[in-house]
Amino acid sequence: MSLFPESYHAMTGSAVASRKAYEVRSLRFQYQPLSRSLDNWVVDGLTFDVEAGEILGIVGPNGSGKTSLLKLLAKVLRPHDGAMALFGRDLGAMPQVDVARTVAFVPQESPQVFSFTVMETVLMGRYPHHQGTRWSAGFGWESAEDLSIAEQALQYTDLTHLAGRSVMDLSGGERQRCMIARALAQEPQVLLLDEPTAFLDLQHQMEICAIVRRLKEERGLTVVLVSHDLNLASQYCDRILMLKAGALFRLGSPHEVIDADVLRAVYGCDVLIDRHPESGVPRVTMPQYRPTKNLGDCL
Amino acid sequence: MAPLALLSVAGVLTCLQFGSQWIGLGQVIDIVSHVLREGSLESEQVGTTGVILMQVRLPRLMLGLLVGACLASVGVVLQALLRNPLADPYVLGVSSGAALGVALAILLGIGSTFLALSILPLCGFAGGLLSLAVVYRMALSYGRLPIHSLLLAGVILNSIFSALIMFITSIMEPNRSAGTMTWLMGTLTAPSYPALAILACYLLGGLFLLLKQARRLNILTLGEESARSLGIETEQVKRRVYLLSALITGAVVSVSGMIGFVGMVIPHAVRLMLGADHRLLLPASALVGGMYLMVADTLARTLLTPAEIPVGIITALAGGPFFIYLLVWRKDRFA
Repeated sequence: MSLFPESYHAMTGSAVASRKAYEVRSLRFQYQPLSRSLDNWVVDGLTFDVEAGEILGIVGPNGSGKTSLLKLLAKVLRPHDGAMALFGRDLGAMPQVDVARTVAFVPQESPQVFSFTVMETVLMGRYPHHQGTRWSAGFGWESAEDLSIAEQALQYTDLTHLAGRSVMDLSGGERQRCMIARALAQEPQVLLLDEPTAFLDLQHQMEICAIVRRLKEERGLTVVLVSHDLNLASQYCDRILMLKAGALFRLGSPHEVIDADVLRAVYGCDVLIDRHPESGVPRVTMPQYRPTKNLGDCL
Repeated sequence: MAPLALLSVAGVLTCLQFGSQWIGLGQVIDIVSHVLREGSLESEQVGTTGVILMQVRLPRLMLGLLVGACLASVGVVLQALLRNPLADPYVLGVSSGAALGVALAILLGIGSTFLALSILPLCGFAGGLLSLAVVYRMALSYGRLPIHSLLLAGVILNSIFSALIMFITSIMEPNRSAGTMTWLMGTLTAPSYPALAILACYLLGGLFLLLKQARRLNILTLGEESARSLGIETEQVKRRVYLLSALITGAVVSVSGMIGFVGMVIPHAVRLMLGADHRLLLPASALVGGMYLMVADTLARTLLTPAEIPVGIITALAGGPFFIYLLVWRKDRFA
């Protein structure tokens, strides 16, 4: 049995390769309720598309609205203004459970205080496919199909040997993989990742990136990921969306976005940019420390 | 579940033997089977012992089972919703809110009518719901519920409410205030069978509705945003479960006063044995909590015969140190 339905494999073929996963139009959002509106837009008038089957990286300074945008795409937050379509359907009008069958969201941190096993956690991803049945009320156990989908998700993230372990005993990298496995058990067409490599060491960062890349290439998954790491975005994303103060500053290939002028305008500091020795994508390096009076500009 | 159910039947039979007068197991089984066969107590063989057993001990044991099951279940669901293994209706001040509601009703004379059973639980519900809302608001900071602010909110609310309750008891007539004090400390008294039946329907109904949320509770422990991204209408589930918790706690407090720590100790122990899945944790905690309170009440009845200790004192003496142990030595797990 495949992790994804047959219809999906057909859809990711060349005929529909240009189909839009998301169409976002004039999206606006702020955390205060509108009645107390202070013109404090976290996401301010965004318009862009996410192509089906691409990896889109969302980057930008702290507080530029990256995570909020990701949560809006997951419908975890509701926008105040604007419209979003998910594979042509109006996201605002879709029931939460329909969104969950299409989109899986992995937050930056998933603190767990109860000792669920890895397998139990991954099986939670099956919930949207059983909504409204005896199963979702908790009076049924998992079907053989659910178990086999969860086992494949574990295999994909290399966690099979930890299936019976408590999530509280996992390392940071293992926990992140466990949350990705839970997302895969949702059988989504879109995967939203918030800082998937934050707090992870080099080896675990590479593992997560390899999983994301494989998901795109083998399963045709659309991935939208938020990252602080410009080099990671440059290396692993097909396109990069650069946010500045909640607004779109630049959207394009890594070559177009990871550019000294763009970074100076957005982050307010000068960096060195050269080429990755293997792939040739832009690579960002911090300049050597020079005690000048302009130091403050960079902080 | 089956072993637990068998164990609780065995527990009932064992506890039936203890009391101011020892009744042997053989006699207990004789009397129980006689009553089950004949459907009445009118018989030479049964006698006074039978009356003690069937009219005093059995209903009280049943009440203990019910109350313990409810307290443990409410503990389980509050812990899941607040994502905190230290949550407990007593510690969070829900019980004292409910007690305040009930004490007010007694003071105003609403509770002394025949309808006591149907009105007092509602007053308890109102009080419990009020304190849940206040604790939640007080502890919430930046969308999170940190353990320390949660406990602190519970402590503050508990002290305000117990001051109010003490005030209320101090202005009652002396004979009523003594009874109210004993009730407050957490006491089980043998109910009549019709009263027990009404209470059982109400509480078992509530437990069933909680059980229907078991899988959603599992997912909510991932955090609200993750739960919503999995297709759960989190606000609706939270509202339902909080309401049910306050309803159940209100009813329990109105019949048995403030019995503490059952809702914290039992879920913790059961989770260690059976894991965190609420589909199993919830019913198993209900059974174990029922047995725990039944045994504690048997101790309360027999330790100082013919006098009785309020069972709330026993559960607090057992649960308090456990709470300290969790807070001091296991805080790495949830702080």
